[in-house]
Amino acid sequence: MADKIAFELVSPERLLVSEDVEMVVVPGAEGDFGVLIGHQPMISTVRPGILEIHNEGDEPRRIYVNGGFAEVTGDRCAVMTEEATPVEDMKRAEVEATIKTAEEDLTSAKTDHDTYIIQTRLATLRQIAASASA
Amino acid sequence: MPSLKDLRVRIGSVKSTQKITRAMQMVAASKLRRAQEAVEAARPYSARMERMLGSLGSSLVAQDGAPPLLVGTGNDDTHLIVVATGERGLCGAFNSSIARAARVRIQELQAAGKTVKILCIGRKGRDILRRDFSALIIETIELAGQKAKTFADAQPIATKIRDMFDNGEFDVCTLFYNRFKSVMVQIVTDRQLIPAALPAEGEAESGPDLGNAIYDYEPSEEEILADLLPRNISVQLFQAILENGASEQGSRMTAMDSATRNAGDMIDDLTLTYNRTRQSVITSELIEIISGAEAL
Repeated sequence: MADKIAFELVSPERLLVSEDVEMVVVPGAEGDFGVLIGHQPMISTVRPGILEIHNEGDEPRRIYVNGGFAEVTGDRCAVMTEEATPVEDMKRAEVEATIKTAEEDLTSAKTDHDTYIIQTRLATLRQIAASASA
Repeated sequence: MPSLKDLRVRIGSVKSTQKITRAMQMVAASKLRRAQEAVEAARPYSARMERMLGSLGSSLVAQDGAPPLLVGTGNDDTHLIVVATGERGLCGAFNSSIARAARVRIQELQAAGKTVKILCIGRKGRDILRRDFSALIIETIELAGQKAKTFADAQPIATKIRDMFDNGEFDVCTLFYNRFKSVMVQIVTDRQLIPAALPAEGEAESGPDLGNAIYDYEPSEEEILADLLPRNISVQLFQAILENGASEQGSRMTAMDSATRNAGDMIDDLTLTYNRTRQSVITSELIEIISGAEAL
């Protein structure tokens, strides 16, 4: 397989992932996009959703990210997010608790944009909850 | 001349003080290591954020209708000074140097006829500034009782600052904190949060050179910036809190180290005096006995 792209996932507290991978699928604000080496440089906002890391031979790793930014520069892809958890580590009870707080946030959301963000987060969380182990 | 008993008591009390300062030094050293790791772990994020802000902001700053978080309200009348200090004392000049820098700035601003509001993060800064500016302090946020500071701690503070800005309560916001350079050196830093201070061209760490590659923006530059700026404030605050945490421990460690050394010197001095006194007491007792025997 061709060259790999240097992928980094950073949260304000630490560097979560820093490795060379084949492809990353980022949940962009305007739709998911896959990043391979040589991608056109771009900056995009990230909506709450699931980020996938693809490596040859391995199952794609799925990480839940709670919104943020992605910066792609030819041979590197950096995703900045405030919260990231591997989907397999998420317990159903925890997810359900997060869903509950998100639902409360939804009622107090001020702008349409906030409502949209919380709704996408809810949708993702519900999806995770449905497949999560108890 | 103090009596022998007094000296013994004093030596005893200095010794127990030394035990305490030595223990504090060791505690600070181990906390410092953790705080330092936290600072270093947080740097990649804020560095990237700053770079992105730099490349986005510089292209938009000149345009009309740029977000006020970036260009300010156009006024310069009311200043919000955010003073981030520690919750505890006994850490050398850590708290007082931040407070001093803030005080100098406040006095300058007042002399220039500006309105100043103060937001304290940490109890110590409030205690010091209250003496001179008690009427200006609008709120104090205490972060005591938490071992590790998380991003979630910085977020409500940032939200509060943003809300105040949106309500037009101030025009310029400056943050004072101690930047951690090394255990011995902490630099009092003032950082302008609103309007966002853009890294000057070329000064920003430019990462891999892209040969001036042009970025695609998705959605538009304005929308990304509108999302980026509020987050930038949280990140800056979080970074400042972490840097402060490491600085506090570093400065406490140095302070306690010299306190331990001073206590050691004092014990040596007192022991010397004690021995001299003891000797002279013995001598004078001997003289008394001998002269008593001679008189018989």
